[in-house]
Amino acid sequence: MQKRENWGTKLGIIFAVAGSAVGLGNFLRFPGQVCQNGGGAFMIPYFISFLLLGIPLCWIEWTMGRYGGKYSHGSLPGILDAVVKKPWAKYVGVLGLFVPLVIFFYYTYIESWCLSYSFFSLFGSYKQIAEPTEMKTFLNDFRGLLPSSNYGLAYTFFLATFIINMVVIYRGLSKGIEFLCKIAMPILVIGAAILVVRILTLGTPMPDKPGQNVYNALGFMWNPDFGALKNPKVWMAAAGQIFFTLSVGLGAIMTYASYLRKKDDVALSSLTACSMNGFMEVILGGSLVIPAAFLFFGAVGAQEMAKSGFDLGFVTMPCILNRIPWGELFGFFWFFLLFLAGVTSSISLMQPLISFLEDEFGWSRQRSATALGIVCFIASHFCIFGLASGVLDEFDFWGGTLAITICAFIEVIVFVFYFGIKRGWEELHSGADVKYPEFLKYVFYITPIYLGAIILYWALFSWAPWILKPFGLDLSIDWSTKFPFLAFDFAMIKPQFVILFTRLGLVWLLAFLLFLIWFAWRRKKVGKVKI
Amino acid sequence: MTTLGWIILVISWGAIIALSVFCFYKILKVKKDNIHAPLDIDTGDLEEESDKEHNP
Repeated sequence: MQKRENWGTKLGIIFAVAGSAVGLGNFLRFPGQVCQNGGGAFMIPYFISFLLLGIPLCWIEWTMGRYGGKYSHGSLPGILDAVVKKPWAKYVGVLGLFVPLVIFFYYTYIESWCLSYSFFSLFGSYKQIAEPTEMKTFLNDFRGLLPSSNYGLAYTFFLATFIINMVVIYRGLSKGIEFLCKIAMPILVIGAAILVVRILTLGTPMPDKPGQNVYNALGFMWNPDFGALKNPKVWMAAAGQIFFTLSVGLGAIMTYASYLRKKDDVALSSLTACSMNGFMEVILGGSLVIPAAFLFFGAVGAQEMAKSGFDLGFVTMPCILNRIPWGELFGFFWFFLLFLAGVTSSISLMQPLISFLEDEFGWSRQRSATALGIVCFIASHFCIFGLASGVLDEFDFWGGTLAITICAFIEVIVFVFYFGIKRGWEELHSGADVKYPEFLKYVFYITPIYLGAIILYWALFSWAPWILKPFGLDLSIDWSTKFPFLAFDFAMIKPQFVILFTRLGLVWLLAFLLFLIWFAWRRKKVGKVKI
Repeated sequence: MTTLGWIILVISWGAIIALSVFCFYKILKVKKDNIHAPLDIDTGDLEEESDKEHNP
């Protein structure tokens, strides 16, 4: 039987899991969400979601992951098979393969933008650009979205990023992932802290606008608007932020935990990884982009920028960094930090699939990494060249928004109803370095209800409009005043064929993964792979 | 920055810092029997038959 890998140190897996969680969302998504959802008041639903959703989901993934590792399963199909012990369970686990694979297809491309911008910053490629509109044009030109632009540079950086990822993955758990995360995570913390100090010591950078000072910038971010808490959207935004920031539902945490020994701690390690992610998000992420945007563009400009998502990082920040002394160097820092945050996340995306091939097919890591590398390299091209057509957004919706949420919900249901809360609580505390108060186990009754409510809300207000949009059906209406299907105007239907073909491709991918699961278990049944 | 803004900031930062300090204090203060001896650490590079209990 092929021997499974193990982590070298306890800090190694904590850094690896935290690295998986800490990504672009900590620095770009979180501050935007705070700003748009009641400022400091947003932290109330944020912490409630952290306690009722984030931490329990992490406990579940760590506990079930280590449990699956005892049976030599590191990916969701095998883990669900070991827990549920029913033939259908492994097929439900297909989402634990589908989600990280689809996200990996586009994530490395976005990651490569960070790498390229760190070089652009260092060599002053966008030094002469001061206004966000021009910076947006620069970004679009780089990504090949303008008629006059080409993909050459973006593609070169994508290749470099892809190779870096593959080298780390190829080197293995301890020598690759753990080694990188143990270096990258401290650099990430220190580098982000240096940037925070730089931003918070800018004082009043524009003397002609004395109101745009650091004091007011912090106020813009943190002054609470408690009236916003009456809006359910704010609560959903907080739950969504917690859900996506902790990288739950990906299967990556489970896979990482499966490489623990059976008496290794998961109770404290999972909480530590959560706290590291929170530190990076609330303290460092919350003190960078939005306060900086306020300093240079004022309240109105910063409010607009908060809605712009990734443009905060690639449009707003370069404009700001261009205006401060040593901007090139700090720009390099900023984008390299985003790149590091991205790499530590993307390498975790590959691990569930590698584990699946190793554990269920008996393949070596090198063989698994090579096969997956080829598949991912080919599929990434759809995102690169289909960016203008919305292929990347489509991958992000199906993999990184819908399937990931359903996958997390399945994990919670399996934990609560098949693993059992009592047994799960005992498993969580097996070999634990910390003992949680007994009453905390009742949170597992709340988590599935909480997550179920979020799924229902998103399905109605976000997913349904997105799914129907390529068919030409616009559901983005105010549901409080009009019942949705009454708004259908079939004469207006204009199908977007690129998007529909992308969806067809994703269905084929899902079917292929289901076939692989069936084939793997069939092989085991006839004794070709020993378990 | 209003007083309420400061209160929220201090509580939020304080909660996160306190949780992080607690976790890392516990991690670094871990009992000796929970620390693996060097020979118990498997990097996956060796094809030894040991440690079977972890791979039943």
